[in-house]
Amino acid sequence: MTFWLLLTVNSVTFGGLLFLLSAGFSLIFGLMRIPNLTHGSMFMVGAYLGTSLLSGALGITLNFWLAAVIGAVEVALLGALMERLLLRRLAGQQLAQVLVTLGVSFMAADLCLMGWGGDPISVATPPALAGFLRFGGAVFPLYRLAVILIAAVVALALWLMLERTRLGAMIRAGVDDPQMARVVGIRVSQLFTIVFALGAGLAGFAGMIGGPILSVYPGLDQDMLPLALVVVILGGTGSLLGSFVGSIIVGFIYNFGQALLPELAYFILFLPMVLVLALRPQGLFGGQVL
Amino acid sequence: MTGRRIGVAVAILALIAVPFVIGEVYYVNIASQILLYAIFALGLNVLVGYAGLVSLGHAGLFGVAAYVTAYLLAAGYGHLVAILAAIAAGLVVTAGFAALALRATGISFIMISLALGEIIWGLAYRWISLTNGDNGISVATRPAPFGLPLTSARGFYDATLVVFLVAVAACAIFVRSPFGAALCGTRDQPRRMNTLGYHVWMIRFWAFMFSGLLTSVAGILFVYYNEFISPQALALTASAEGLLMVISGGAGTLLGPVIGAALVVIVKNVVSAYVTRWNFMLGAIFVAIVVFMPEGLVPGAVRLWRSAWRALSRREAAVIATRPQP
Repeated sequence: MTFWLLLTVNSVTFGGLLFLLSAGFSLIFGLMRIPNLTHGSMFMVGAYLGTSLLSGALGITLNFWLAAVIGAVEVALLGALMERLLLRRLAGQQLAQVLVTLGVSFMAADLCLMGWGGDPISVATPPALAGFLRFGGAVFPLYRLAVILIAAVVALALWLMLERTRLGAMIRAGVDDPQMARVVGIRVSQLFTIVFALGAGLAGFAGMIGGPILSVYPGLDQDMLPLALVVVILGGTGSLLGSFVGSIIVGFIYNFGQALLPELAYFILFLPMVLVLALRPQGLFGGQVL
Repeated sequence: MTGRRIGVAVAILALIAVPFVIGEVYYVNIASQILLYAIFALGLNVLVGYAGLVSLGHAGLFGVAAYVTAYLLAAGYGHLVAILAAIAAGLVVTAGFAALALRATGISFIMISLALGEIIWGLAYRWISLTNGDNGISVATRPAPFGLPLTSARGFYDATLVVFLVAVAACAIFVRSPFGAALCGTRDQPRRMNTLGYHVWMIRFWAFMFSGLLTSVAGILFVYYNEFISPQALALTASAEGLLMVISGGAGTLLGPVIGAALVVIVKNVVSAYVTRWNFMLGAIFVAIVVFMPEGLVPGAVRLWRSAWRALSRREAAVIATRPQP
């Protein structure tokens, strides 16, 4: 009983972390129609920057949350820079944009290796959440429950932005039909930069939040990117609800798969992705077909 | 035409002479690596360059052949059986890939191929009872075709060269055949080809199978070269490097993937001895080529050469025109 409860809570936690990572990916994919293959790198860079800020890179040691937010802002700026300098030059050529993101992910991985070395860095849990919660005979680390809460709060904030603000309306219009959005007068290329920066920032934030659970190591980007891909394909591109539901599903498949069928763990993770792409390409909640 | 034939003959002679000119075993091994990765790149190029379908999962096909070879050799079977079984397994998996991936084109095709490649990698990485996981499978001996041993660097290079020349010849015949022309047609104008009566899916399927065959052959050469196979060879990075080879050299050309493979292998093995951040360099070269020379190095170099030639002849003609008449 305790085993299943622990697995379930871990699945929901991991799902929450995946949501933070994939929400941005889904928006970028939906709006710009490219799978951003640097998304895993942004997750990793955000985590690395956060650990540096945490250990006093700016001269003062920041607390965990401030380090996460400032790291996220830095990654967002890097994302905006990449979009303006590289992706905008290749506007309209989706294949070239995908290849550029692939090349940049190589560069980012090596830069992180150069900057922070090859050893994994463990991130200390913020002291306020270092405790445990005892329930039903099981022990849950408070931090994992906090991650679920953070993911829910960010989901709500994103939903409010998308549904209730003008920017959100423009993003939704761009996702549904970029050409018509341009005709109506929405500056879609400016929107691209904003959404790319937003996605990058969310991924960077997720990286730091995931730090105490996953730690930070070279290769983190290659581990997280395929998971983000599966979430977005399952849930549907451009759909926030799709990302949310997809993250929870993938969190469950990943954790239960690792625990029950360790030999086929990755197989049962990627098989739904292939089936969805082959049978229902728009995913569970996606609007337009890829 | 005879100029081209002389060029081809010279190139073949140069390749044969490589182990004699380059004495050191290390560099002969690099040359073998270039040739086997060139076969991989040629296989990928059939899809990326001629069919217009970018695949990010080809390392999976590469790995299936390599793993089947290694597994059967470890189980005690002979080399011929292992190689034939590996090619057969590679073709079967390629057919599966094609059946699933060819339901889409463009970005969807990339995503499906990526997912399929990741599935193969996940099986290799986690199905430890079958593949030994991260520990990999070692291959004890190399085959000795017609009694000639391949244990030395030179011997292996010669065998790889033969296979490479056969692969290049096969690709050349393929590209110049009516099937190759039809494939290029499906890349450029799939709907028009459909209207003309060509079975676009079938054409793409058989191109995929040919690509899978070349990739499987490269995988078998890889496992004999390294005498070891591990999941790292199937990872997304391996597929990305393959794509880098094709795109940097020039997708849709015959020589492009070979040059691209040479570029990537040399940066990975030779340049890495001098430049610690060679991975960064590889990524930067890739980004630079995609942004500035998207058609690849070979067509880009040809383009630059032609424009320089034209500029030179234009200047000459202008000089002649402005010379005072006698």
